[in-house]
This record gives sequence, structure tokens and C-alpha cells, in this order.
Amino acid sequence: MSVTVLKPGLLSSLQDAGRPGHAAIGVGRAGVMDNPAWRLANALVGNRGDEAAIECTLLGPTLRFEQAAWIALTGAPMTARVGTRNLPAWTACHLPAGSVLQLGSMRIGCRGYLAVRGGFDVPPVLGSRSSDLHARLGHAQGRALRSGDALPIGASAAWPGSSPTAHAGLLPWGLDPQPWFDFGQQPLALLHGSHTTQLDEASQQRLCGSRFVISKDSNRTASRLDGQTLQLHAPLELVSEAALPGTVQLPPSGQPIVLMAEAPVTGGYPRVGQVAAVDLPRLAQRRPGDTVCFRPCTLEQALTRLAEREQRLTRLLHRIALRMLQPH
Amino acid sequence: MPTPPVQLETIAEDALLLRFGEHIDIAVNARVQAACARLQHELPQLECVPAYASLLLRFDPLAWGDGLATDPQKSLRETVLAALAGSAEALAPTREHVIPVCYGGAHGPDLSEVASHCGLSVDETIARHVRAGYQVAMIGFAPGFPYLLGLDPTLAMPRRRDPRQRVPAGSVAIGGNQTGIYPEQLPGGWQLIGRTPLCLFDVTAISPSLLVAGDRVRFRVIGEDEFARLDADRVQ
Repeated sequence: MSVTVLKPGLLSSLQDAGRPGHAAIGVGRAGVMDNPAWRLANALVGNRGDEAAIECTLLGPTLRFEQAAWIALTGAPMTARVGTRNLPAWTACHLPAGSVLQLGSMRIGCRGYLAVRGGFDVPPVLGSRSSDLHARLGHAQGRALRSGDALPIGASAAWPGSSPTAHAGLLPWGLDPQPWFDFGQQPLALLHGSHTTQLDEASQQRLCGSRFVISKDSNRTASRLDGQTLQLHAPLELVSEAALPGTVQLPPSGQPIVLMAEAPVTGGYPRVGQVAAVDLPRLAQRRPGDTVCFRPCTLEQALTRLAEREQRLTRLLHRIALRMLQPH
Repeated sequence: MPTPPVQLETIAEDALLLRFGEHIDIAVNARVQAACARLQHELPQLECVPAYASLLLRFDPLAWGDGLATDPQKSLRETVLAALAGSAEALAPTREHVIPVCYGGAHGPDLSEVASHCGLSVDETIARHVRAGYQVAMIGFAPGFPYLLGLDPTLAMPRRRDPRQRVPAGSVAIGGNQTGIYPEQLPGGWQLIGRTPLCLFDVTAISPSLLVAGDRVRFRVIGEDEFARLDADRVQ
């Protein structure tokens, strides 16, 4: 029993927390671009939390559910229809066997998540069911979903208090997306990079004082920034060292690149900043044409905000799990 | 002789970079590998990513020590320096691999170009590539791709001006003063001098990468027949 991909959408792939711990053999962590949105989607269908979900990009896929399933949508707001019925996001929806779920475009943001109760149960590769599109590793040799793909759904206990119906059903409650989706596109916190001080003065001011635009060449490996160029005092010849998501690299073109989830494990460009980890999911939700502003932040501030978010998220996940146990 | 100090730099909330030098150098890289082995042994909760002259440590700052009561990066630095200051005994013998390579022909389409660039005969080029002993400086670019230090300097040759869209898996190549092996079919700009039938990266294996940073590598010349035989064995 499974889900069949009828139309793949623009770029849909299975994603989970990725493959931490393998960078030394050239395998990056990769995985979901918007981690809180993915965790909340899993929680809303009563999953353990680490199950693979479908990450959709700008335009979602059309899927046929060969079996009845509970699903949840989070991340960027995306139209979702079964037949003539619109489905809400940030809650759990029950789909009867044979339902065709049409996910449409996102009016804002870039990445939406579709979780299913039981998770998409493809064989894990190096401990993860995600597709690393850059390294071509993982589910389906690391490629995006294609029409005709069949995605098995993992086993799960019966939904507490539910009786399968012939119609799409909803939970009577949902989450407020506001804290978990950046509707206002606020400035992103930027930590000092190894080579920030090697930028000429005008460039240092531009980095945190002006607007960049997400380039259409952006993908899961990197968000490329247009609109401003940055220059170093003098060219730097650097020896390749480990690279990380969030690093703002400056190639010789002067067009900054922010490494994202599928960052290569090594790189040799100057690092002129590091996007605070807490703001990386927000950058992941900026689509080509969206603007990005940075504001400087200290390591302490970045850690405090990260800890606060994790605390809020953990509490919410716990509340959702408790609510799941109540009959509705 | 006193060892030069290591420089520590916080590069992200969850990442500390240890720098042992600024250049590509076998002795500097050996210090990276020794520190990596030591830290993996003493602090297994860290993810260690060795490169030419640096070692990246990734950790969970929210789970380190007593949460955020004390600065997790400061506490990590102290722990790391203490671990590195401890015993210097070698933790494990260095692994040595002998990699069979079929040089030239269809397997090494750039071999004659490399030979003429270096002013050597094809045979002498092969002999110098085989004579040297190599050290895996780091794995990068793609899963299982080893950057090998130790290339005979007379064999150095810049990358190709037009990178290939598809370099076959197992291709042994020269890029600048380094040599490497493409673990799978990939785009690439290095000069292809030969090919090994060995599988360098297998996600289903317990140790997916045949080579890891710090390993020693030698090459052994094989002919077309042995290549075909080993290649068939591998596929089975």
C-alpha cells in the first residue's frame, strides 16, 4: 500500500533529518530545509518525529493515496485539494483510499511539507530516507520524485478515537502557523565570518545594510544572492576546509552564496558571514526574487534565540502528542 | 621540536574549526589526522571533519555541558584543548591500501597529454605515479573522493580548461599537484591517467568509503585483462 505520484510538481523529494556524522567521508548532512516545519508536520499526524515527509518546492505534486491515510501540511502556504474540497494546512486531514490530493502553488514562501501518518517508508541509506539531490544519494539515488513513483507508507497504530470515513475528514483543531512561518520576511541574523574583516569597508556596510535578492539559480545546495556585490581588500588564496550550511561564501564574482542543507562538505571560498542557525529555515523559505537583509548578531544572541525556539518547539510537540491521545 | 599551536575559531553555533596551518603540507595534514583520531577517541559525541590543514568539529550546543548556563563554545574549546594535550600515543596503525590501476588507453585518456606536459615518456609518467606513496588528506567533492598528497612534483599539471561532463567511476586523475580517484561517475576537470576497478564508495557497506583521511595509498599497475577480471568480480 502506498502513495502514487501522478504529477511531481516543481521539485518534490523525500526528506528527513538527513545524514549527520558522515561528512568525513564526503557525505553531507542535507535533509529538510525547514526543520521546524517538518517536525510539526510529523507531530500533527502523530508520528514519532523523524519520519520522512515530502518536501515540495513552489508547486506541489499531485498524489493518489492507494490506502486511507492521515496527512498534514506545513511550511509555505500551498493550495491543497481533494476533488472539489480545499484542505487546510497545519492540521491533520484524513484521506479515504483512492483520494487524489492536488497540491498547488505557494502564494508566499518556497517549501511546503507533506507528512503522512506512518511516514514514507522507503529503505534508509546511511540512516536516512532523504534524497540528497546534490550528492545523488539516498532515496531513488538522490533524485526528485517523478510521475509513477510509488512511496510506501509505514505501519502505524490506529488513530485514537477515529473511524475511517468515506470522506476527507479533519481534526477539529490546528496550529497557528504564525510563529513557524516568516510571513513578514524579517532580516536574518548574521554571525561574523572568518573573512568578514577582509571585505573592503563599503562591502562590509553593504553586507548588513542593504538588500539582496534571491537568485533564480538557488537550490537546496545554496541560496545565491543578487543585487549587491561584495569585494575583498585583496584576493585570498585559501586551502579548502570543511563547509557548513549557513556559511556566506564569497566567490571571485563578488556575488555572495549562502550554503544551504545540501552544502558540499568542503569549500575554499572566503567566508564573510554565517547565517544564524535559528534563521536558516527562514532563508530556506525565500524564493527567487524575494529580498534578504542581514543584521549583525553575536554568537550569544544566536544561541539564545536557538535555545528559545527549541524550547517553544519541544513544548508544542509535547502538547500536540498529548492532544493526540484524547478522543475527538 | 615544539609543535606549533593550533588556532581555534568558532565558525557557527555548532561548529569549531581547528587550524593547524595555512598551506597544503603533508606534515600539517598528519597533525590534522592525529588530532582527529585523538578527538574521535576521547569525545565521540563530536563530529570530526578533517581537511588539508584544519579540522572541523560539530557538536550540539544545546545539549553540551549544562545547557546554556555556561558558554558551550568556551566549554568545548577547553575540553578539546585538554584532550589534545593528553597522551600522544598513536591510537591505531595507519591503514595502507594498494590500489590497482590500469593506466592509459581508454581508461586514462589524458595520460599522453600529461606525459608530454611534464616532458616525460608515458612509461616514466606511470613509473613516477606508482613509485610515490600517498596520504589521504581529506575526503570531499563527492562521497568517497580522496584528495591524495604525495604526488611527484614533476607530474603536476593544471586541470583541464574544459571539464568533462562525465568522468567514469574509478578514474585516477591529476589536478594541480594532487592526485585523486573519482568514486562514481561525476563531472570533473582533473586529468585522467588511469582507472581502478575497485569500488571506492558503497552506501550498503559498514564502512561506505574505502579510503578515509589519514590512510596511506600506493598504486599498482594492472593490464586491461586484470582490470576486466577485477571489474567483473566487483560487479558480482
